[in-house]
Amino acid sequence: MLTVALSIAFVLVGAAVVLSAWRLLRGPSAPDRILALDTLYINAIALLVLLGIHLGSALYFEAALLIAMMGFVGTVALCKYLLRGDIIE
Amino acid sequence: MLEYLLSFLILAGALFTFVGSLGLARLRDFYTRLHGPTKASTLGVGCLLIASALFFSTRSEGISLHEVLVTLFLFITAPISAHLLAKAALHLGLTSLAPPPEDKPRR
Repeated sequence: MLTVALSIAFVLVGAAVVLSAWRLLRGPSAPDRILALDTLYINAIALLVLLGIHLGSALYFEAALLIAMMGFVGTVALCKYLLRGDIIE
Repeated sequence: MLEYLLSFLILAGALFTFVGSLGLARLRDFYTRLHGPTKASTLGVGCLLIASALFFSTRSEGISLHEVLVTLFLFITAPISAHLLAKAALHLGLTSLAPPPEDKPRR
């Protein structure tokens, strides 16, 4: 039961990664690409959590937490660059 | 019983993550696209992290609290990044599909 649900979830989140990568490549404007990168790191966190449940190892949360922090910092830095033309004034 | 609950939470989380990215890929202007991935980050990853917390809490001794940390961090940062993205889009003057507001005589 759990393994079937995990397989379906892996496929769905993998499709989500593909869709947001398509938007990242296609996106007509810069904020679109930043939004796609934001979605990609959230999808990566979801994949890591699923992998942790699948392997039964609690080791992957450290990686998920690191990705969450670095992704947020990256999004904020890119948005600040678009807004002000500079990141740290 | 617990396995059914876990499977349901995992499926719901994965479905919401997929729908969020589908919205990102399919919607037609930036301001509507901004709406899609918020579902993925709150409901989708939230459901998955609750499922994971339940799984690791019942499997080993003690309560697993790593997931709560990730959930809290994501829930705090998601509105901030969405706000900054909307500000950047307004600054660049991206066009919206919504018609501009009409002038109405003020009463």
